[in-house]
Amino acid sequence: MTAMPMDAPALPAPAHGHRGIWAWITTTDHKKIGILYGVSAMAFFIVGGVEALLIRTQLAVPNGEVLSADAYNQMFTMHATTMVFLVVMPAAAAFTNYFLPILIGARDVAFPRLNALSYWIFFFGGLFLTLSFFLGGGADGGWFGYAPLSTEVPEIVRMDYWALGIQVLGVASIASSVNFITTVFTMRAPGMTLMRMPVFAWMATVVSFLLLFSLPIVAIGLFQVYFDRNLGTLFFDAASGGDPVLWQHLFWLFGHPEVYVLILPAMGIVSEVLPTFSRKPLFGRSFVIFSGIAIGFMGFGVWAHHMFTSGLGPVAEATFALTTMFIAVPTGVKIFNWLGTVWGGSLRLNTAMLFSLGFIAMFTIGGLSGVTHSIVPADSQQHDTYYVVAHFHYVLFGGAIFGLMSGIYYWFPKVTGKLLSESLGKVHFWLTFIGFNLTFAPMHFLGLNGMPRRTYRYPPGLGFEFWNLLATVGSFVIALSVMVLLWNWIRSARHGKEAGPDPWDARTLEWSITSPPPEHNFDEIPVVQAEDDWWHRKYSTDEAGRPVPIVAGASGEDDDHDAGDGEGHEGIHLPSPSYYPALAALGMFVAVMGLVYVPWGLLAVAAGAVITLWGFFGWSLEPLTRESH
Amino acid sequence: MNAGATGGRREQGRLARRVGLVALVALVALMLLLLSACSGPDRLGIEDMGLGDLPQNSLNPAGPDAETIDNLFWLVFWIATGVFVVVEAGLLLIVLVFRRRKGSDRPVRQSHGNTRLEILWTIIPSVILAVIAVPTVATIFDLRDPPSLSDDALEIEVTGHQWWWEFHYPEYGFTTANEMHIPVDRPVYLTMTSADVIHSFWVPPLNGKRDVVPGRFTNLTLEASEPGIYLGQCAEFCGLAHADMRHRVFAQTPADFEAWAQHMAEPATVPVSGPASAGYKTFVAVCAACHTVDGTDANGRLAPNLTHLASRTTFAAGTVSNTEEHLREWLRDPSSLKPMRPDLNDIASGRILGMPDLGLDEQQISDLIAFLGTLE
Repeated sequence: MTAMPMDAPALPAPAHGHRGIWAWITTTDHKKIGILYGVSAMAFFIVGGVEALLIRTQLAVPNGEVLSADAYNQMFTMHATTMVFLVVMPAAAAFTNYFLPILIGARDVAFPRLNALSYWIFFFGGLFLTLSFFLGGGADGGWFGYAPLSTEVPEIVRMDYWALGIQVLGVASIASSVNFITTVFTMRAPGMTLMRMPVFAWMATVVSFLLLFSLPIVAIGLFQVYFDRNLGTLFFDAASGGDPVLWQHLFWLFGHPEVYVLILPAMGIVSEVLPTFSRKPLFGRSFVIFSGIAIGFMGFGVWAHHMFTSGLGPVAEATFALTTMFIAVPTGVKIFNWLGTVWGGSLRLNTAMLFSLGFIAMFTIGGLSGVTHSIVPADSQQHDTYYVVAHFHYVLFGGAIFGLMSGIYYWFPKVTGKLLSESLGKVHFWLTFIGFNLTFAPMHFLGLNGMPRRTYRYPPGLGFEFWNLLATVGSFVIALSVMVLLWNWIRSARHGKEAGPDPWDARTLEWSITSPPPEHNFDEIPVVQAEDDWWHRKYSTDEAGRPVPIVAGASGEDDDHDAGDGEGHEGIHLPSPSYYPALAALGMFVAVMGLVYVPWGLLAVAAGAVITLWGFFGWSLEPLTRESH
Repeated sequence: MNAGATGGRREQGRLARRVGLVALVALVALMLLLLSACSGPDRLGIEDMGLGDLPQNSLNPAGPDAETIDNLFWLVFWIATGVFVVVEAGLLLIVLVFRRRKGSDRPVRQSHGNTRLEILWTIIPSVILAVIAVPTVATIFDLRDPPSLSDDALEIEVTGHQWWWEFHYPEYGFTTANEMHIPVDRPVYLTMTSADVIHSFWVPPLNGKRDVVPGRFTNLTLEASEPGIYLGQCAEFCGLAHADMRHRVFAQTPADFEAWAQHMAEPATVPVSGPASAGYKTFVAVCAACHTVDGTDANGRLAPNLTHLASRTTFAAGTVSNTEEHLREWLRDPSSLKPMRPDLNDIASGRILGMPDLGLDEQQISDLIAFLGTLE
């Protein structure tokens, strides 16, 4: 029953001696790293949320005096930077880390220690960005850091923190992209062909490619900003022949694929949740996958729609208007296929499902307002107004966050073994849904009525008062909903109902193993026979195409690992814990800290480099598996 | 805490309600706190200008360019609304019809897709988008066309500064700040650049916005069909006082505009006696490094030209109405009216970030205000 692994030299069992915080610091288990990403993302979600509440409080009434202009500019810059780089990306990374290997039937990612390194670089990058508040102020030049505003006043280090912080986070993302791509292409279980991969795994793969190709572009730009600020280069200084608009191209050539980096994982989650709770396979599966790939490709060809007022000339404007319009086609294909999925299903409207349905409803609004941006003349009115703020919150909150929330309710039982409370979950959903629309729907009107973004105050008499107050009320409702979610987490982790291995009667491999999964994921690497393999092991179909349960054991194939007691993994090769990845990341943190304070900071740069090299050196020499009692 | 499955469920429901109640109370308390949060004084008085409810609205076009944009927007808006209604109503309907009812877990047909449907819902959106694309592309080229010679466009040179606007009228040879006057029914062709960072010039009722970029010249055509005051403000984040970088356009009949322009082209006269004369001396000593008053010894080029300050309705980049009381506040402590960074000023290199606190005494301030009052 519990077969030996394929290559059966009796290696010693991996060390489990460490407990507590040290176990987390040294872990190379993709599941633990996933949890680390998830908890960090939640912590930063609170930070970014507090920043948002301060913004909304300041704008509740005309001529608000809660924040100074200086503090306000820090808040909106750091709110965006935090939410994009420290919340949505790591939250998606959390799900990808935890579930990608399981979904494709693997025991870990391709490079477990690189995976740990990615997390620790991300962690220190987030810490670095957040620490800036206590070391001279948070970044205040916008998350898009337009030059020459971002390169002026080099004696104020805020934008150095921003440029270096994003650079560091980019290193983490590139490393994990390489890791995920390699995992997907080399570690799928037998029979798990690419087209049988769950859609979430597909979207994670597309995202990895997007990051791999787009981050180097902004990395160059960020170096140039840093050099302009600290080394006296003049890349973006118009008076000396530099070009500020070049920065916009570099930033948005990264920045637009980044938008799809944020939304595609949520689309992947929705594509898992809808079939499960409709009790139907995903409608037009291959079309959903290929439209995701198409969005990924086309995402590199629309960046200049962020620059329709920069003066690109009518030919470029018309070109990017057309590409932007046509990226709506694959997006529409996805929405229609999701509708096709729920059509004719038996819909179980639990919290996970509600968030996925909410995703479709809200993302549609964001998509449609996005089409209005592609109308260049109309965009010349909407650009840099609250209309745009409304649009991308419908995409990134109504879209990405709703999708991620759906993923939380869907997978929490797998990760913890406990079900989240459904009654608290529904309170959470409806508070989020109402709060979200109260906050962001009014911004459409504000923008069209002429309120620019990034303005810390507005005089009375422009007609902005009512909508702003409404948006502020809504933001506090959202804050409340987050508290309900946290309470649900804490309470359900302690007192939640036991989930069992397959609480949703779901379709994919993660539900074939215990909740929480054993450290080695699968006692026996599954041999995949079909899409939604787990479902087909449970059900066959009758002539009318309706599912018929397979009587346990009747299939003649012993695939019931539900009662897996973990005894069978003796001798399964798993990566050992290692503290070298965290050490190498710590070195980078020290070095980057030094780079802010050149020239004397160069000492710290040197010290950090030594620590990082020490980390890599130890890493390369440590045995893959060793006793560590 | 939990006593059995059903008890636990009831308990959970009760708990959820209780949490909801507590949360609601907390929310109301927070909102009350918020409403009591102080709101700063209004020194601009837009409400008293009689400009209607939405004086900066992009949906109340007051000229041909804004009108073209508006028409295109509404075309797309109604198409988008159609799609919105179809998708959202469809979703809602599907959820209502196919939701699982208690005790009826009927088996579901496992359909995997339908290629014809896929083709259909690829083609229909493509066609809709093609319908939108044609007028969009045409309008892009139309709006970017500069006015032709026969249009007899008025040219104005715009320079963005942190944080104010400079307007130069080359035909008349004068320079002013933050308040632009234009004749109605005549295109105005703006040639714009920036002295420092990127700004964006935007008067929503008259046209879309256009970025103002250092080292480049960008153009924008404004045309108003009716005389009136049109409000706008900088639309590209440009640093500390981005929110306080406002401008307004006065559209006037051709005769009124001509009279205004001729008046603006006249230099100021140096006052010879009284407090205005004392104020002038202070001005030349303290203010002239940055400010110009044409026809006097004050010829600094880093801050707004003040030759006809008294004829403007606002100062401090269109954020403060031009009253004696406000001027007094401003001269006492400029940064209390508008955030600036005068500590970073470098007059020698020609880069300033706002008006410093000049440390004037009350007598000097009164004299200065007397002098500024002569600059009609």
